[in-house]
Amino acid sequence: MRNPQLNKHGELQHLLTLDGLPRDILTTILDTAAPFTEVAEREVKKLPLLRGKSVFNLFFENSTRTRTTFEIAAKRLSADVVNLNINTSSAAKGESLLDTVDNLCAMQADMFVVRHAASGAPMLIAQHLQNTGRDHIHVVNAGDGRHAHPTQGLLDMYTIRHFKQDFTKLTVAIVGDVLHSRVARSQIAALTTLGVPEVRVIGPKTLLPTAVEKLGVRVFHDMREGLKGVDVVMMLRLQNERMNGALLPTPQEYYKIWGLTAEKLALAKPDAIVMHPGPMNRGVEIDSAVADGAQAVILPQVTFGIAVRMAVMSMLGSN
Amino acid sequence: MKILISNGRVVDPANRSDAVQNIYLDGGKIVAVGSAPDGFTAERTIDASGLVVAPGFIDLAARLREPGFEYRATLESEMEAAMAGGVTSLAIPPDTDPALDEPGLVEMLTYRAKKLNRAHIYPVGALTIGLKGERLSEMAELVEAGCVAFSQANVPIVDNAVLMRALQYAATFGFRVWLQPIAPFLSRGGYAHDGEVATRLGLPGIPVASETVALYTYLELAKITGARLHITRLSSAAGLALIEQARAEGTDVSCDVSINHVHLCDMDIGYFNPNCHLIPPLRSQRDREALCRGLAEGRINALCSDHTPVDDDGKQTPFSESEPGATGLELLLPLTLKWADRAGLSLLDGLARITSDAAKIVGITKAGHLSVGARADICVFDPAAHVTVSRDGLKSQGKNTPFLGMELPGKVRYTLVEGQVMFEG
Repeated sequence: MRNPQLNKHGELQHLLTLDGLPRDILTTILDTAAPFTEVAEREVKKLPLLRGKSVFNLFFENSTRTRTTFEIAAKRLSADVVNLNINTSSAAKGESLLDTVDNLCAMQADMFVVRHAASGAPMLIAQHLQNTGRDHIHVVNAGDGRHAHPTQGLLDMYTIRHFKQDFTKLTVAIVGDVLHSRVARSQIAALTTLGVPEVRVIGPKTLLPTAVEKLGVRVFHDMREGLKGVDVVMMLRLQNERMNGALLPTPQEYYKIWGLTAEKLALAKPDAIVMHPGPMNRGVEIDSAVADGAQAVILPQVTFGIAVRMAVMSMLGSN
Repeated sequence: MKILISNGRVVDPANRSDAVQNIYLDGGKIVAVGSAPDGFTAERTIDASGLVVAPGFIDLAARLREPGFEYRATLESEMEAAMAGGVTSLAIPPDTDPALDEPGLVEMLTYRAKKLNRAHIYPVGALTIGLKGERLSEMAELVEAGCVAFSQANVPIVDNAVLMRALQYAATFGFRVWLQPIAPFLSRGGYAHDGEVATRLGLPGIPVASETVALYTYLELAKITGARLHITRLSSAAGLALIEQARAEGTDVSCDVSINHVHLCDMDIGYFNPNCHLIPPLRSQRDREALCRGLAEGRINALCSDHTPVDDDGKQTPFSESEPGATGLELLLPLTLKWADRAGLSLLDGLARITSDAAKIVGITKAGHLSVGARADICVFDPAAHVTVSRDGLKSQGKNTPFLGMELPGKVRYTLVEGQVMFEG
């Protein structure tokens, strides 16, 4: 079975997941993103790479931050951007996902940026486009269920490379709710593909997925143990609805044991960086002193996110 | 009509017989095997040279989708599928809409099926009203209406007190109870086997514990109540081990597995193939191998299609939103042959799992074998021919099968029901 995100020349046709994406494509995206970070500093922040193209932001699940960064990225590439919040329109009227897609294709869409609560939804759209001979339309996954959030994973890799240069000498810890996290899955796939020798996941057994070690990570439940000597700490967001119940007793206990405090961070390397995909729950997964501290690179992540999304969209547009 | 099926390789698992012989049919029954009865003049002769002549197959789970789901399939379409697959007896799960919880519904279904004059149907009644797990169905009345057993299909009873009462009530009459081992809370919100594949794909998992915890409960309650228990659609090695342990302790319990679960595992989900969204979920390769071995050694008693036609709309959605199930009536024989071949089994032992062994579970005595006097339900097939599974080739209204595009052994040439040729291919 051909990887559905590559075309028959092995080029990126859609960006659906980082799992199984070849290392050279990952590196090419990061390399392509580098010059785009400078565009933001110019007075005229626009490039003509997607001029005349229509990008549809197809969000079946609420998001402000991701949708906005995609919109900015597309506009900086001179694309026309249409934002659709489907949970409040067609889906509520019972229209199927693929019917929605077909309708938007009829409006001459060139690219779909898709967020959906169900794992695999963007892949379904990509397969549908392929099966119906519409290979000129590209799909970018902006987060599907627990499956993947590839642009977030890529911007995290860009950030790590920016601050740490060489992936092959790093120890990286991912902390928190890995079970429900599409971000963690994309991070793990990218880190292992890019040659990071040790990727750790840290969290309670209730928040780590079954057989997670098969993804190539070392499992820690003790945060102090897991943070020892790491170069990068990647925190994950803990959703409100998971804080009280059968997964965790209270946010207070979670903070005490798995919250990132200055005291715990001191166990990592002195020059370790702290990352978070946002939005943060201060006082739950991360202490404000750390979030705003010298080691945090959380705001650069956001800035790099635009450049990385520009890189992905421009590469898809030219393939 | 007097029919002679000549020179076929007659494979009759119930009688442990495998030899080239003639079979003579008259009045809907088998009147002789081997040499012609006195004065027999065939009105039709079917030349079965090079072909296998077997009892028509008995499927322990064929959803015909009536009543209630006619947009997915109808009795007409699925009976054609059964005939094309050589399946002449169908046990019908009660998960229709409304569920098969009223004698009138069962009578109507039986009447409609009889009128179509294709496969024989054996309805499995709902153990509780609406499969809701609250009130017992009128089991005695349902048996009078034609039900052969009672089940909850794949809707588990949440309240174990109700389950125990249902088993006690069924045991009062000696009725069979077929239960699919699903622990309601452990399976809730899950769509795939809780393992590496589900973790990678971000699909909420259903742990093996859903099956084992349910089995602990079912087996214990069966022991206490004396209910005649049959476990449907095993999916795990651990589940099979529990059943064997119960047998070693003296519990009389049978079990079956679906054709999907002996050929596929969670890896086959690939890139979210919704045709692999099944209940129970496809489990690990190790589980699949244990099920294959268990079936080969007879520790799993029967193989079934778990036929579940789903319309395209129900499958062209993200995996977790898709309707579970796969069409299977036309794949029962090919996948049985493929499994038996891989397991190193003789045709006789392989076919037993979809003929004589399945007949015992349903309680069918007049079919499932080729003895003189048996109902002339017969499948004549070419074991050497291979067929590629395709949407157009399937008679079932459901085109949903993980086996689309695969080349499988065995082509049905004739299907006879009560001595009448109902299908020629």
